[in-house]
Amino acid sequence: MTVRHALLALLSEGPKYGLQLREEFEARTGEVWPLNVGQVYTTLQRLERDGLVESDDTSEDGREKTQQNIFRITAEGQQELVGWLRTPPDLSAPPRDELIMKVLVAMRVPGTDVPEVIQVHRRYLVELMQQWTRIKEAEAESDLSLALVVDAELFRLDAVIRWLDAADGRIKRAAPGSPGEPSAAALPRVPRRRGTGIAR
Amino acid sequence: MSVLELRHVSRTYGQGAAEVHALADVDLAVEAGQMVAVMGPSGSGKSTLLTIAGSLEEPTSGEVLIGGAPLTKMSSNAKARLRRRSIGYVFQDFNLLPGLTAAENVALPLELDGTSARKAHLVGLKTLDDLGLGAKAGSFPDQLSGGERQRVAIARAVVGDRRLLLADEPSGALDSVNGEAVMRLIHAACKRGVAAVVVTHDAQLASWADRVVFLRDGRVTDHTAPLPGPESLLSGEQSR
Repeated sequence: MTVRHALLALLSEGPKYGLQLREEFEARTGEVWPLNVGQVYTTLQRLERDGLVESDDTSEDGREKTQQNIFRITAEGQQELVGWLRTPPDLSAPPRDELIMKVLVAMRVPGTDVPEVIQVHRRYLVELMQQWTRIKEAEAESDLSLALVVDAELFRLDAVIRWLDAADGRIKRAAPGSPGEPSAAALPRVPRRRGTGIAR
Repeated sequence: MSVLELRHVSRTYGQGAAEVHALADVDLAVEAGQMVAVMGPSGSGKSTLLTIAGSLEEPTSGEVLIGGAPLTKMSSNAKARLRRRSIGYVFQDFNLLPGLTAAENVALPLELDGTSARKAHLVGLKTLDDLGLGAKAGSFPDQLSGGERQRVAIARAVVGDRRLLLADEPSGALDSVNGEAVMRLIHAACKRGVAAVVVTHDAQLASWADRVVFLRDGRVTDHTAPLPGPESLLSGEQSR
Protein backbone atom coordinates (compact mmCIF):
# COMPACT_ATOMS: atom_id res chain seq x y z
CA MET A 1 0.00 0.00 0.00
CA THR A 2 1.58 3.31 -0.99
CA VAL A 3 0.71 6.32 1.11
CA ARG A 4 0.98 8.34 -2.10
CA HIS A 5 -1.93 6.56 -3.78
CA ALA A 6 -3.95 6.29 -0.59
CA LEU A 7 -3.83 10.10 -0.27
CA LEU A 8 -4.79 10.53 -3.92
CA ALA A 9 -7.75 8.17 -3.32
CA LEU A 10 -8.93 10.24 -0.34
CA LEU A 11 -8.56 13.47 -2.30
CA SER A 12 -10.58 12.00 -5.19
CA GLU A 13 -13.61 12.39 -2.90
CA GLY A 14 -13.03 16.12 -2.57
CA PRO A 15 -10.57 18.71 -1.15
CA LYS A 16 -9.19 17.95 2.35
CA TYR A 17 -6.77 19.25 5.02
CA GLY A 18 -3.50 17.43 5.80
CA LEU A 19 -4.55 16.33 9.27
CA GLN A 20 -7.94 15.24 7.98
CA LEU A 21 -6.16 13.04 5.41
CA ARG A 22 -4.20 11.28 8.12
CA GLU A 23 -7.32 10.60 10.20
CA GLU A 24 -9.30 9.34 7.23
CA PHE A 25 -6.42 7.12 6.05
CA GLU A 26 -6.34 5.36 9.41
CA ALA A 27 -10.11 5.06 9.63
CA ARG A 28 -10.39 3.58 6.12
CA THR A 29 -7.74 0.95 6.78
CA GLY A 30 -9.51 -0.19 9.93
CA GLU A 31 -6.82 1.62 12.01
CA VAL A 32 -4.53 -1.29 11.27
CA TRP A 33 -1.99 0.89 9.46
CA PRO A 34 -0.96 3.82 11.63
CA LEU A 35 0.34 6.75 9.61
CA ASN A 36 2.99 9.15 10.78
CA VAL A 37 2.00 12.83 10.40
CA GLY A 38 5.41 13.52 8.86
CA GLN A 39 4.71 10.94 6.16
CA VAL A 40 1.52 12.76 5.22
CA TYR A 41 3.29 16.13 4.92
CA THR A 42 6.25 14.93 2.87
CA THR A 43 4.02 12.84 0.61
CA LEU A 44 1.68 15.78 0.01
CA GLN A 45 4.64 18.02 -0.84
CA ARG A 46 5.93 15.47 -3.35
CA LEU A 47 2.49 15.00 -4.88
CA GLU A 48 2.23 18.75 -5.27
CA ARG A 49 5.71 18.94 -6.79
CA ASP A 50 4.70 16.23 -9.32
CA GLY A 51 1.52 18.13 -10.24
CA LEU A 52 -0.81 15.39 -8.93
CA VAL A 53 -2.36 17.55 -6.20
CA GLU A 54 -2.62 21.30 -5.69
CA SER A 55 -3.18 23.46 -2.62
CA ASP A 56 -4.45 26.97 -1.88
CA ASP A 57 -1.07 28.15 -0.70
CA THR A 58 1.90 27.27 -2.87
CA SER A 59 4.54 28.62 -0.47
CA GLU A 60 6.93 25.91 0.73
CA ASP A 61 7.51 26.63 4.38
CA GLY A 62 6.86 23.13 5.66
CA ARG A 63 4.69 21.56 8.28
CA GLU A 64 2.44 24.29 9.52
CA LYS A 65 1.44 25.46 6.08
CA THR A 66 0.77 21.88 4.95
CA GLN A 67 -1.40 21.29 8.00
CA GLN A 68 -3.55 24.34 7.34
CA ASN A 69 -3.74 24.03 3.57
CA ILE A 70 -6.56 22.47 1.69
CA PHE A 71 -5.41 19.99 -0.96
CA ARG A 72 -7.25 18.91 -4.07
CA ILE A 73 -6.48 16.28 -6.69
CA THR A 74 -5.56 17.44 -10.23
CA ALA A 75 -6.61 15.80 -13.52
CA GLU A 76 -3.14 14.22 -13.69
CA GLY A 77 -3.64 12.93 -10.15
CA GLN A 78 -6.97 11.33 -11.13
CA GLN A 79 -5.29 9.65 -14.09
CA GLU A 80 -2.46 8.37 -11.89
CA LEU A 81 -4.97 6.95 -9.38
CA VAL A 82 -7.06 5.15 -12.03
CA GLY A 83 -3.90 3.62 -13.52
CA TRP A 84 -2.59 2.52 -10.10
CA LEU A 85 -5.87 0.76 -9.16
CA ARG A 86 -5.53 -1.51 -12.19
CA THR A 87 -1.78 -2.13 -11.99
CA PRO A 88 -1.11 -5.52 -10.32
CA PRO A 89 1.46 -5.30 -7.51
CA ASP A 90 4.67 -7.19 -8.20
CA LEU A 91 4.04 -10.67 -6.80
CA SER A 92 6.07 -12.49 -9.43
CA ALA A 93 9.39 -12.69 -7.56
CA PRO A 94 9.64 -15.18 -4.66
CA PRO A 95 9.44 -13.25 -1.40
CA ARG A 96 12.51 -13.10 0.82
CA ASP A 97 10.83 -15.17 3.44
CA GLU A 98 12.63 -15.55 6.74
CA LEU A 99 10.40 -18.43 7.83
CA ILE A 100 11.27 -20.53 4.76
CA MET A 101 14.92 -19.88 5.49
CA LYS A 102 14.54 -20.94 9.15
CA VAL A 103 12.95 -24.27 8.17
CA LEU A 104 15.61 -24.93 5.52
CA VAL A 105 18.35 -24.10 8.00
CA ALA A 106 16.68 -26.25 10.73
CA MET A 107 17.09 -29.26 8.45
CA ARG A 108 20.82 -28.56 8.23
CA VAL A 109 21.58 -28.00 11.90
CA PRO A 110 22.52 -31.35 13.50
CA GLY A 111 20.25 -32.53 16.30
CA THR A 112 17.43 -30.13 15.44
CA ASP A 113 13.89 -31.45 15.89
CA VAL A 114 12.50 -29.94 12.67
CA PRO A 115 8.81 -30.73 13.36
CA GLU A 116 9.21 -29.03 16.72
CA VAL A 117 10.70 -25.93 15.06
CA ILE A 118 7.79 -25.96 12.61
CA GLN A 119 5.30 -26.30 15.48
CA VAL A 120 6.76 -23.27 17.29
CA HIS A 121 6.00 -21.17 14.22
CA ARG A 122 2.64 -22.83 13.59
CA ARG A 123 1.51 -22.08 17.15
CA TYR A 124 2.62 -18.46 16.91
CA LEU A 125 0.73 -17.99 13.64
CA VAL A 126 -2.45 -19.62 15.01
CA GLU A 127 -2.23 -17.32 18.06
CA LEU A 128 -1.98 -14.32 15.73
CA MET A 129 -4.98 -15.59 13.76
CA GLN A 130 -6.97 -15.97 17.00
CA GLN A 131 -6.29 -12.32 17.78
CA TRP A 132 -7.37 -11.17 14.30
CA THR A 133 -10.49 -13.32 14.53
CA ARG A 134 -11.37 -11.71 17.86
CA ILE A 135 -11.13 -8.29 16.23
CA LYS A 136 -13.34 -9.49 13.38
CA GLU A 137 -15.83 -10.99 15.80
CA ALA A 138 -15.98 -7.85 17.93
CA GLU A 139 -15.95 -5.07 15.36
CA ALA A 140 -15.86 -6.17 11.78
CA GLU A 141 -19.63 -6.71 11.39
CA SER A 142 -20.10 -2.96 11.50
CA ASP A 143 -16.87 -1.93 9.78
CA LEU A 144 -16.48 -3.23 6.22
CA SER A 145 -12.96 -1.84 5.74
CA LEU A 146 -11.77 -3.52 8.91
CA ALA A 147 -13.42 -6.82 7.91
CA LEU A 148 -11.59 -6.75 4.56
CA VAL A 149 -8.24 -5.94 6.17
CA VAL A 150 -8.69 -8.69 8.78
CA ASP A 151 -9.76 -11.22 6.13
CA ALA A 152 -6.64 -10.43 4.09
CA GLU A 153 -4.44 -10.92 7.14
CA LEU A 154 -6.19 -14.19 8.08
CA PHE A 155 -5.82 -15.58 4.55
CA ARG A 156 -2.15 -14.56 4.47
CA LEU A 157 -1.37 -16.21 7.82
CA ASP A 158 -3.46 -19.24 6.84
CA ALA A 159 -1.33 -19.65 3.69
CA VAL A 160 1.85 -19.63 5.79
CA ILE A 161 0.39 -22.29 8.12
CA ARG A 162 -0.59 -24.40 5.10
CA TRP A 163 2.97 -24.16 3.85
CA LEU A 164 4.26 -25.26 7.29
CA ASP A 165 1.81 -28.20 7.25
CA ALA A 166 2.95 -29.17 3.76
CA ALA A 167 6.62 -28.83 4.75
CA ASP A 168 5.99 -30.93 7.87
CA GLY A 169 4.37 -33.70 5.81
CA ARG A 170 7.03 -33.58 3.11
CA ILE A 171 9.89 -33.78 5.61
CA LYS A 172 8.17 -36.66 7.43
CA ARG A 173 7.73 -38.60 4.17
CA ALA A 174 11.30 -37.90 3.09
CA ALA A 175 12.74 -39.53 6.21
CA PRO A 176 10.31 -42.17 7.47
CA GLY A 177 12.87 -43.65 9.90
CA SER A 178 13.45 -40.50 11.91
CA PRO A 179 11.00 -37.73 11.13
CA GLY A 180 12.95 -35.17 13.13
CA GLU A 181 16.29 -35.84 11.53
CA PRO A 182 16.05 -36.58 7.84
CA SER A 183 19.00 -38.43 6.36
CA ALA A 184 21.59 -36.41 4.47
CA ALA A 185 20.43 -38.01 1.21
CA ALA A 186 16.88 -36.83 1.83
CA LEU A 187 17.91 -33.26 2.56
CA PRO A 188 17.18 -30.85 -0.22
CA ARG A 189 20.05 -28.66 -1.29
CA VAL A 190 19.69 -25.12 -0.04
CA PRO A 191 19.07 -23.09 -3.19
CA ARG A 192 21.75 -20.60 -4.05
CA ARG A 193 19.80 -18.84 -6.73
CA ARG A 194 20.10 -15.09 -6.62
CA GLY A 195 16.94 -13.16 -5.89
CA THR A 196 15.28 -15.68 -3.58
CA GLY A 197 16.97 -14.14 -0.57
CA ILE A 198 17.72 -17.61 0.79
CA ALA A 199 21.42 -17.68 -0.03
CA ARG A 200 22.16 -14.35 1.53
CA MET B 1 -15.83 -28.49 37.20
CA SER B 2 -15.09 -29.07 33.53
CA VAL B 3 -17.96 -29.90 31.19
CA LEU B 4 -15.66 -32.37 29.44
CA GLU B 5 -12.49 -33.93 30.74
CA LEU B 6 -10.25 -36.54 29.18
CA ARG B 7 -7.71 -38.10 31.56
CA HIS B 8 -4.84 -40.12 30.11
CA VAL B 9 -7.05 -41.32 27.28
CA SER B 10 -5.54 -43.81 24.86
CA ARG B 11 -7.13 -45.70 21.99
CA THR B 12 -5.47 -48.55 20.19
CA TYR B 13 -6.76 -50.41 17.15
CA GLY B 14 -5.52 -53.84 16.00
CA GLN B 15 -2.97 -56.06 17.66
CA GLY B 16 0.67 -57.03 17.38
CA ALA B 17 2.37 -55.70 14.27
CA ALA B 18 -0.89 -54.16 13.07
CA GLU B 19 -1.37 -52.20 16.30
CA VAL B 20 -2.16 -48.53 15.75
CA HIS B 21 -2.14 -45.98 18.56
CA ALA B 22 -4.86 -43.57 17.46
CA LEU B 23 -4.66 -41.67 20.76
CA ALA B 24 -1.91 -41.87 23.34
CA ASP B 25 -2.25 -40.47 26.85
CA VAL B 26 -4.40 -37.48 25.95
CA ASP B 27 -5.44 -35.02 28.66
CA LEU B 28 -7.98 -32.35 27.80
CA ALA B 29 -10.37 -30.23 29.86
CA VAL B 30 -13.06 -27.96 28.41
CA GLU B 31 -14.94 -25.54 30.63
CA ALA B 32 -18.45 -24.14 30.22
CA GLY B 33 -18.45 -21.26 27.73
CA GLN B 34 -15.15 -22.30 26.23
CA MET B 35 -14.39 -23.30 22.65
CA VAL B 36 -11.42 -25.58 22.15
CA ALA B 37 -10.16 -26.40 18.68
CA VAL B 38 -8.15 -29.55 18.06
CA MET B 39 -5.83 -29.18 15.09
CA GLY B 40 -3.73 -31.79 13.44
CA PRO B 41 -3.04 -33.46 10.12
CA SER B 42 -5.14 -36.35 8.74
CA GLY B 43 -4.58 -39.46 10.84
CA SER B 44 -3.45 -37.53 13.93
CA GLY B 45 -6.40 -38.86 15.97
CA LYS B 46 -8.71 -35.83 15.83
CA SER B 47 -11.89 -37.71 14.94
CA THR B 48 -11.14 -40.52 17.39
CA LEU B 49 -10.77 -37.91 20.13
CA LEU B 50 -14.17 -36.49 19.25
CA THR B 51 -16.02 -39.84 19.14
CA ILE B 52 -14.49 -40.85 22.49
CA ALA B 53 -15.38 -37.45 24.01
CA GLY B 54 -18.94 -37.95 22.76
CA SER B 55 -19.18 -41.45 24.28
CA LEU B 56 -19.67 -42.95 20.81
CA GLU B 57 -16.51 -45.00 21.31
CA GLU B 58 -14.72 -46.41 24.36
CA PRO B 59 -11.09 -45.55 25.13
CA THR B 60 -8.66 -48.47 25.48
CA SER B 61 -7.44 -46.85 28.70
CA GLY B 62 -7.98 -43.63 30.57
CA GLU B 63 -11.15 -41.88 31.60
CA VAL B 64 -13.72 -39.53 30.08
CA LEU B 65 -15.80 -37.36 32.41
CA ILE B 66 -18.80 -35.32 31.35
CA GLY B 67 -19.98 -32.80 33.91
CA GLY B 68 -17.66 -34.55 36.38
CA ALA B 69 -19.30 -37.96 35.89
CA PRO B 70 -17.03 -40.73 34.57
CA LEU B 71 -18.48 -42.49 31.51
CA THR B 72 -16.98 -45.82 32.54
CA LYS B 73 -19.32 -45.93 35.52
CA MET B 74 -22.43 -45.31 33.43
CA SER B 75 -24.76 -47.97 32.03
CA SER B 76 -25.28 -47.90 28.28
CA ASN B 77 -28.77 -46.52 28.89
CA ALA B 78 -27.36 -43.68 30.97
CA LYS B 79 -24.81 -42.92 28.26
CA ALA B 80 -27.53 -42.91 25.60
CA ARG B 81 -29.54 -40.49 27.74
CA LEU B 82 -26.49 -38.27 28.19
CA ARG B 83 -25.94 -38.22 24.40
CA ARG B 84 -29.57 -37.26 23.80
CA ARG B 85 -29.76 -34.59 26.48
CA SER B 86 -26.35 -33.09 26.97
CA ILE B 87 -24.26 -33.54 23.85
CA GLY B 88 -24.76 -32.06 20.39
CA TYR B 89 -22.86 -33.35 17.37
CA VAL B 90 -22.08 -31.48 14.17
CA PHE B 91 -20.48 -33.32 11.27
CA GLN B 92 -18.97 -32.10 8.02
CA ASP B 93 -21.74 -33.74 5.98
CA PHE B 94 -24.54 -32.29 8.16
CA ASN B 95 -26.29 -35.67 8.80
CA LEU B 96 -29.79 -34.21 8.55
CA LEU B 97 -32.63 -36.67 7.98
CA PRO B 98 -33.84 -36.01 4.41
CA GLY B 99 -37.50 -36.92 5.09
CA LEU B 100 -37.88 -34.36 7.88
CA THR B 101 -38.19 -30.58 7.61
CA ALA B 102 -35.58 -28.31 9.18
CA ALA B 103 -37.81 -27.77 12.23
CA GLU B 104 -38.49 -31.52 12.57
CA ASN B 105 -34.77 -32.27 12.33
CA VAL B 106 -34.04 -29.79 15.10
CA ALA B 107 -36.92 -31.05 17.27
CA LEU B 108 -35.95 -34.72 16.84
CA PRO B 109 -33.47 -35.06 19.76
CA LEU B 110 -36.08 -33.57 22.12
CA GLU B 111 -38.79 -35.93 20.87
CA LEU B 112 -36.47 -38.92 21.22
CA ASP B 113 -35.91 -37.82 24.79
CA GLY B 114 -39.64 -37.89 25.57
CA THR B 115 -40.67 -34.26 25.02
CA SER B 116 -44.13 -34.04 23.42
CA ALA B 117 -44.08 -33.56 19.65
CA ARG B 118 -45.85 -30.19 19.94
CA LYS B 119 -43.50 -28.78 22.55
CA ALA B 120 -40.42 -30.14 20.76
CA HIS B 121 -41.62 -28.50 17.54
CA LEU B 122 -42.05 -25.13 19.27
CA VAL B 123 -38.56 -25.31 20.80
CA GLY B 124 -37.17 -26.36 17.41
CA LEU B 125 -38.84 -23.38 15.73
CA LYS B 126 -37.48 -20.97 18.33
CA THR B 127 -33.95 -22.37 18.01
CA LEU B 128 -34.09 -21.97 14.22
CA ASP B 129 -35.45 -18.47 14.66
CA ASP B 130 -32.58 -17.57 17.02
CA LEU B 131 -30.12 -18.68 14.35
CA GLY B 132 -31.81 -16.59 11.66
CA LEU B 133 -33.40 -19.61 9.97
CA GLY B 134 -37.03 -19.12 10.99
CA ALA B 135 -38.12 -18.73 7.36
CA LYS B 136 -36.59 -22.11 6.46
CA ALA B 137 -38.32 -24.10 9.21
CA GLY B 138 -40.64 -25.88 6.77
CA SER B 139 -37.95 -26.64 4.17
CA PHE B 140 -36.56 -30.12 3.62
CA PRO B 141 -32.75 -30.53 3.64
CA ASP B 142 -32.56 -30.83 -0.16
CA GLN B 143 -34.29 -27.44 -0.44
CA LEU B 144 -31.54 -25.78 1.64
CA SER B 145 -28.09 -24.56 0.62
CA GLY B 146 -25.00 -26.17 2.19
CA GLY B 147 -24.60 -23.24 4.57
CA GLU B 148 -28.26 -23.39 5.64
CA ARG B 149 -28.06 -27.17 6.17
CA GLN B 150 -25.07 -26.77 8.44
CA ARG B 151 -26.81 -24.02 10.40
CA VAL B 152 -29.80 -26.35 10.87
CA ALA B 153 -27.36 -29.05 12.04
CA ILE B 154 -25.96 -26.60 14.59
CA ALA B 155 -29.50 -25.68 15.70
CA ARG B 156 -30.14 -29.41 16.25
CA ALA B 157 -26.87 -29.72 18.17
CA VAL B 158 -27.67 -26.88 20.57
CA VAL B 159 -31.46 -27.39 20.96
CA GLY B 160 -32.72 -27.86 24.51
CA ASP B 161 -30.25 -27.93 27.36
CA ARG B 162 -27.14 -29.21 25.67
CA ARG B 163 -23.92 -28.43 27.54
CA LEU B 164 -21.39 -29.91 25.13
CA LEU B 165 -21.08 -29.34 21.40
CA LEU B 166 -18.74 -31.61 19.44
CA ALA B 167 -18.01 -30.60 15.86
CA ASP B 168 -15.95 -32.45 13.24
CA GLU B 169 -14.79 -30.09 10.46
CA PRO B 170 -18.11 -28.20 10.75
CA SER B 171 -17.47 -25.88 7.82
CA GLY B 172 -15.19 -28.13 5.81
CA ALA B 173 -17.40 -28.21 2.72
CA LEU B 174 -18.53 -24.58 2.87
CA ASP B 175 -17.13 -21.41 1.33
CA SER B 176 -15.44 -18.91 3.60
CA VAL B 177 -18.52 -16.71 4.15
CA ASN B 178 -20.73 -19.66 5.16
CA GLY B 179 -17.85 -21.17 7.11
CA GLU B 180 -17.55 -17.96 9.10
CA ALA B 181 -21.32 -17.91 9.72
CA VAL B 182 -21.10 -21.45 11.13
CA MET B 183 -18.21 -20.54 13.41
CA ARG B 184 -20.07 -17.42 14.62
CA LEU B 185 -23.00 -19.65 15.62
CA ILE B 186 -20.77 -22.05 17.56
CA HIS B 187 -19.05 -19.08 19.17
CA ALA B 188 -22.42 -17.60 20.14
CA ALA B 189 -23.47 -20.93 21.67
CA CYS B 190 -20.30 -20.85 23.79
CA LYS B 191 -21.14 -17.32 24.94
CA ARG B 192 -24.41 -18.77 26.25
CA GLY B 193 -22.39 -21.27 28.31
CA VAL B 194 -22.03 -24.26 25.98
CA ALA B 195 -18.62 -25.96 25.94
CA ALA B 196 -17.46 -26.79 22.42
CA VAL B 197 -14.76 -28.96 20.89
CA VAL B 198 -14.12 -28.38 17.20
CA VAL B 199 -11.71 -30.65 15.39
CA THR B 200 -10.27 -29.29 12.18
CA HIS B 201 -7.18 -29.02 10.06
CA ASP B 202 -8.26 -25.50 9.07
CA ALA B 203 -6.48 -22.68 10.92
CA GLN B 204 -9.18 -20.14 10.02
CA LEU B 205 -11.78 -22.27 11.77
CA ALA B 206 -9.50 -23.00 14.69
CA SER B 207 -8.80 -19.31 15.17
CA TRP B 208 -12.35 -18.85 16.53
CA ALA B 209 -11.43 -21.00 19.53
CA ASP B 210 -10.34 -19.75 22.94
CA ARG B 211 -7.65 -22.44 22.97
CA VAL B 212 -6.15 -24.49 20.18
CA VAL B 213 -4.71 -27.90 20.99
CA PHE B 214 -2.30 -29.51 18.52
CA LEU B 215 -2.48 -33.25 17.99
CA ARG B 216 0.25 -35.27 16.30
CA ASP B 217 0.39 -39.05 15.98
CA GLY B 218 -2.30 -39.36 18.65
CA ARG B 219 -0.54 -37.16 21.19
CA VAL B 220 -1.22 -33.60 22.31
CA THR B 221 2.04 -31.91 21.44
CA ASP B 222 1.26 -28.25 22.04
CA HIS B 223 -1.44 -25.67 22.70
CA THR B 224 -1.89 -21.93 22.25
CA ALA B 225 -1.41 -19.39 25.04
CA PRO B 226 -4.40 -17.54 26.53
CA LEU B 227 -5.57 -14.77 24.24
CA PRO B 228 -4.36 -11.22 24.84
CA GLY B 229 -6.71 -8.31 24.18
CA PRO B 230 -7.28 -7.15 20.59
CA GLU B 231 -5.33 -3.94 21.23
CA SER B 232 -2.11 -5.95 20.90
CA LEU B 233 -2.62 -6.05 17.12
CA LEU B 234 -3.97 -2.57 16.61
CA SER B 235 -0.65 -0.78 16.77
CA GLY B 236 -2.37 2.41 15.70
CA GLU B 237 -4.30 2.37 18.96
CA GLN B 238 -1.08 1.86 20.91
CA SER B 239 0.75 4.75 19.33
CA ARG B 240 -1.90 7.23 20.30
